Amino acid sequence: MVMFSLTPVLDVCTQQQEGKELTKEEKQRLRKEKKQQKKSKEKKDDKPSRDSEKEKKPASAASPAPQTPTQPPAQKAAPAPVPVPASETPSAADKPAKSKAELKAERRARQEAERASKGKKGDVGPQAAPGKPKAPPSELQPVVKRLPEHVQVDNPEVLKKLAKKLERQQVYGCAPNCCGCIPLRSDYGYKVSLFSHLHQYSRKAPLTQQLGIPSTVIHPAIVRLGLQYSQGIVAGSNARSVALLHAFKQVIRDYTTPPNEELSRDLVNRLKPYISFLNQCRPLSASMGNAIKYIKKEISNIPSQCKEEEAKRKLLNCIDCYINEKIVLAAKAIAKYSIEKISDGDVILVYGCSSLVNHILCEAFEKNRKFRVIVVDSRPRLEGREALRRLVQKGINCTYVLISAVSYILPEVSKVFLGAHALLANGYVMSRVGTSQIALVAKAFNVPVLVCCETYKFCERVQTDSFVSNELDDPDDLIVTRTGTTQLEHWQEVPSLGLLNLVYDVTPPDFVDLVITDLGMIPCTSVPVVLRVKNVDQ
Amino acid sequence: LDKIVLVEYFRAQMRKDPDMASAVAAIRTLLEFLKRDKGETILGLRESLKWATDCLTGEDSSVAVSSGGELFLRFISLTSLEHQDLSRCKKVMEERGELFLEKISMSRTKVAKLCHTFIKDGAKILTHSYSRVVLRVLEKAAAEKKRFSVYVTESQPDSAGRQMAEALRKLNVPVTVVLDAAVGYVLEKVDLVIVGAEGVVESGGIINKIGTYQMAVCSKAHNKPFYVVAESFKFVRLYPLNQQDVPDKFKYKADTLKTVQNLSEEHPMIDYTPPSLITLLFTDLGVLTPSAVSDELIKLYL
Repeated sequence: MVMFSLTPVLDVCTQQQEGKELTKEEKQRLRKEKKQQKKSKEKKDDKPSRDSEKEKKPASAASPAPQTPTQPPAQKAAPAPVPVPASETPSAADKPAKSKAELKAERRARQEAERASKGKKGDVGPQAAPGKPKAPPSELQPVVKRLPEHVQVDNPEVLKKLAKKLERQQVYGCAPNCCGCIPLRSDYGYKVSLFSHLHQYSRKAPLTQQLGIPSTVIHPAIVRLGLQYSQGIVAGSNARSVALLHAFKQVIRDYTTPPNEELSRDLVNRLKPYISFLNQCRPLSASMGNAIKYIKKEISNIPSQCKEEEAKRKLLNCIDCYINEKIVLAAKAIAKYSIEKISDGDVILVYGCSSLVNHILCEAFEKNRKFRVIVVDSRPRLEGREALRRLVQKGINCTYVLISAVSYILPEVSKVFLGAHALLANGYVMSRVGTSQIALVAKAFNVPVLVCCETYKFCERVQTDSFVSNELDDPDDLIVTRTGTTQLEHWQEVPSLGLLNLVYDVTPPDFVDLVITDLGMIPCTSVPVVLRVKNVDQ
Repeated sequence: LDKIVLVEYFRAQMRKDPDMASAVAAIRTLLEFLKRDKGETILGLRESLKWATDCLTGEDSSVAVSSGGELFLRFISLTSLEHQDLSRCKKVMEERGELFLEKISMSRTKVAKLCHTFIKDGAKILTHSYSRVVLRVLEKAAAEKKRFSVYVTESQPDSAGRQMAEALRKLNVPVTVVLDAAVGYVLEKVDLVIVGAEGVVESGGIINKIGTYQMAVCSKAHNKPFYVVAESFKFVRLYPLNQQDVPDKFKYKADTLKTVQNLSEEHPMIDYTPPSLITLLFTDLGVLTPSAVSDELIKLYL
């Protein structure tokens, strides 16, 4: 790449915008260059050319006068069809002593060339490039809404791009052929066609087996967490979020800022490969997503003159506050509101094991309310047994049924308490599979359905069915051995047989009478109001 | 201020203007209480206002009185009370109290203006018991030269429906009084149902004279629109799940609560209509769907 050395006068106050525009334009330019290169060669493998380009770029990027070392990763990420958005902001904010003059002039020249060639080229967008669901679609090119990559598993090009993205997400300083690359987890078994756009992993092949030792890329606490997620040792929305935050605390404690780096930008970049890794082990939940957003915001808000020790202490404090406020205190507030709704003589139905609902029932029992509980359970997870154990230990009178008996037992029930995995922006409740079934039957019997959910689980997504975005668990879980025979043992050999083990489903707001949150009791349709109020607060 | 004096003042206000809502009378009383109060601290002032509201709910147990009192307290303390002098603070609070009173006295007119356009020429309306807001709406519609006829339920045990029929006859509106049990029978003839409300709850449902829930269920079965007219000071921070969940203090008259031991033998005076049966609510904040009520409540109370 040739850099011109003209020196036009730059306005100081437009530096910020210039910087941002610069990197975006630069990325576009690089993208077009790469495409041209590809077209000029024959149909060879993409990788060698891109790798060679990658090598070229750090070298050329180093040439214009003082560039900060964070440029190379930003530019490495640039050739990706969608630059991971969090990298945009640090790299955009990143404009210390660059020689803007030269780059600006070059940009102008390239823009002219681009405008000339724009008409005849197709856009990058419509190929449905992968991108994180939280990506703001404010690119300069004509915007096509990008589908998140985790719902595009049946598109081989998307998978190829994801593999490359994972390779590139290494901590810089690590050679490209180091053993610490994040491997791509492969799908297992035949997928039912309605859900073929989702990942289906086997528990017997955890991601950690493919990681080399020593793994210089992923922090051991994160590796452990990933293994705990994929094996189902840590399960449940709150438990996963808290475990994630504790692992991040460990990461922050062990972190040292490399020389010439700023903690606020570097740490965020460090977290990215960890998050990809965890996503590979088990898709992130909405609560984890919100927690990660919060942490990234807190890290980026660390002032640059802050000393490392102090910054780390502040971050650890923030995380503790978050856990305390959003999870522990929220549970107490929700319990306080719920106790008003539990009267003496009630028969309460619960489904599966929700930490929040169990907490509420134990609190109500301690406040001497007289009620009995019916625990509904379902295969293959049989989480209801854990809930049953906890409630019986407290001394609460419990009954245990399987979900097939729900319509039989509902005439006895006076209220249904359900937990939630996430509350979507259109008022739908996403929860463990089977929840919407129970809500439906309860509505038919005119039994009030109450959903308990902390506000940190509210997410901006909109979904009206359970197909679009869900999680497929290990299909081998459905195999059961009874009286010595295992019926489905050789299910893979039967070509027309598919096993489907869904994890979540979505309940429409007409089946839910009341949502109890730490802000109070609201109807299901008021979730967007709460989200709006929260955004105003922030 | 003494409790007896307070209650006397409230009763005097109610007698003076029978057309005024009981909640408005309560708020006037609270304002007067505020003016005469000799408290020394803001917190003390708040406590005594709460105590006064409780006294008034002891006198008249309708939902509107308690909601009106709470809203009054919210409204006057919603400003900066960082003045040094307590008397200046009190002055600010009194001014806001007057403002609040002025706003709510206009509310019935606003509601009537919004609602009368939904009554078309030749319409047959069904209403329940005696509601001054519904009366105001029908007055406005009659003033706009619309021709309509009204069916009113008798509404036992106090036969308030007959009072409504009298008032409507004075407006030269053809009116028929029907039995409470004849609601299902009459519904195939009517075009729309309009009722008032004693309280509007957080879910968007309403609390009103007993018999409203039945009417709502029947109109849903006949696919007739069910409209509710209510002023905004009737919005209350309750969330009942079903009839049983409404607190006892609202269900029975105040003297019944004080004298009777076994409440299960008493007839409740109000019932709860869930939001799924209501088509639209006409308030001075605008025409709302039941799910928008929660939004408005959040704005009012948070």
